Amino acid sequence: MSTNINFRRIVKLVRVVEENPRVKTFWFKDALCSKAKPGQFIMVWIIGVDEIPLSLSTIGDLCSVTVAKVGDATEAMHRLKPDDLIGVRGPYGNGFKIVKGRVAVVAGGVGLATLLPLVDKLKDYGCWIEVFLGFRSKHDVFQLARVERAVRPNGAVMIATDDGSIGFKGLVSELFETHLKRSKPSYDVVYTCGPPAMIRRVYELCEAWNLKIQASLEAYMKCGIGICGSCCIGPYRVCKDGPVFSAPQLRKMPELGLYKRGPDGVKIPV
Amino acid sequence: MTDLASIEPMLKVETLGLRFRNPLILAAGILGLTAPILKRVIESGAGGVVTKSIGLKPRKGHPNPTVVDLGFGLLNSMGLPNPGLEEFMKELETLRGLEAPIILSIYAFSEDELVEIGRIVSDFNVVSAVELNVSCPHVDGISEIAKNPVLVESYVQTLKRHLDKPVIVKLSPNVSDIVRIAEAAVDGGADALTAINTVRAMSIDIEVGRPVLAGIFGGLSGPAIRPIAVRCVYEITESLNVPVFGCGGIETAHDVIEFLMAGATAVQLGSVIARGGLRVFKRILKGLRDFLEERGYSSIDEVRGLAHRR
Repeated sequence: MSTNINFRRIVKLVRVVEENPRVKTFWFKDALCSKAKPGQFIMVWIIGVDEIPLSLSTIGDLCSVTVAKVGDATEAMHRLKPDDLIGVRGPYGNGFKIVKGRVAVVAGGVGLATLLPLVDKLKDYGCWIEVFLGFRSKHDVFQLARVERAVRPNGAVMIATDDGSIGFKGLVSELFETHLKRSKPSYDVVYTCGPPAMIRRVYELCEAWNLKIQASLEAYMKCGIGICGSCCIGPYRVCKDGPVFSAPQLRKMPELGLYKRGPDGVKIPV
Repeated sequence: MTDLASIEPMLKVETLGLRFRNPLILAAGILGLTAPILKRVIESGAGGVVTKSIGLKPRKGHPNPTVVDLGFGLLNSMGLPNPGLEEFMKELETLRGLEAPIILSIYAFSEDELVEIGRIVSDFNVVSAVELNVSCPHVDGISEIAKNPVLVESYVQTLKRHLDKPVIVKLSPNVSDIVRIAEAAVDGGADALTAINTVRAMSIDIEVGRPVLAGIFGGLSGPAIRPIAVRCVYEITESLNVPVFGCGGIETAHDVIEFLMAGATAVQLGSVIARGGLRVFKRILKGLRDFLEERGYSSIDEVRGLAHRR
């Protein structure tokens, strides 16, 4: 088998799990993906429909991607059943750097999927992990048991929902800010992934509280290999320089959380 | 960058009334969609940059998959995604005062569009020259232009009449006689040529029995097409006295030297960035210096066109 990560592999879905009405997890076997680092992503070919970047939500003998229904491509993906085929290439991007110590993980919505392999790994390294999860409502919660398993007994899980149906009522960034003000914790790093506006707010909080941050960003992507320029934010290519960025890089992205770019490169307010 | 500055005298290129500090230019279609990344390419050592091909109106391009790595080269059918000229000029506005010329790549579906583009770009002094893309092999209405010498001459003439800047015409290898098309471009008033655009190609995924690209056909780039590009540069410069930018599969300093010896004035790089990253510019520049020094050449001007000796 070739070791060129760019070569597309056709893999069979071995399992499809409905996490909640909007989110499904798709399981498959791929040797290169099973060697990926937490935070890396793959380009998934939904055959005959589209090819989209998706973070690996599990890295192991079996790997998975966890996908929210947000557009034509993801809706088509949600129609796939076990034994259906997808194409995968990658894993791509830098992934998270593991920091041993006391860490915070701030996840918004399906952004949690990107952080799941990281949380698994942080547990292996014996970190103290405080996880802040944000969802629209209790119906959108997914993979909570896995997160709780990873932080027990060395950490805590806190949940925020927009409607207050479970946990704190409000945004996860507000929950995180409340916690910072109340407990004045000294995290060695804050990991985050979620909607761009949420990441911007978490980044601002980290700047204000002098905390190191590793933020996984998303962008419209075509090539995934650093040449087409579709996914640039500031001077960086999300696919190649990211998707995980630190504070010095985020400072060079004035557009972060304010606008994104479409397939034509036109700015779209978020 | 002091290191780069010291080798500049050996490597600088003066052409089209412009000064390039070295012969390595970012090829059209690679990264050039936003200003900050173009700036980073220049800071990485590029002697000049060509932007993404820009049209009058925004274009989303083809659906994904649009880029596939075949190992020996890349197959792409991007489909000319771009934000449209007006939006893109706002983007480029932030790029004043850089140490490398900015070449705007443009395409047009009609000569009327060219007239409008010419008028708009003439007053825009961030752009040093325009590269006319008549050769994108995966967009209907563009790929045909480069195959027709009458159209090429007419397009170039129209653009030159309405644009007060040097015009470079990017030629297609997907023609039976590239010299005939090159002559037509020069007859129309082209100040320089770029050879070559990608080679029209396709590949099929045999596991699923479908073309690998959503757009079915694409353009092949990378090392696989380098000998084709070298041949085209040689053929054109054998017949015509016009500056030619060599483009196609360049990965090393030796590849650059090969293009220069074939008669290229300078070269353009693209696909190599997928594998080598933005470090490739400095790596190749150092390789060029080493090659020249080891063989006792004082500048790249001394190797240019060497292969044409009889």
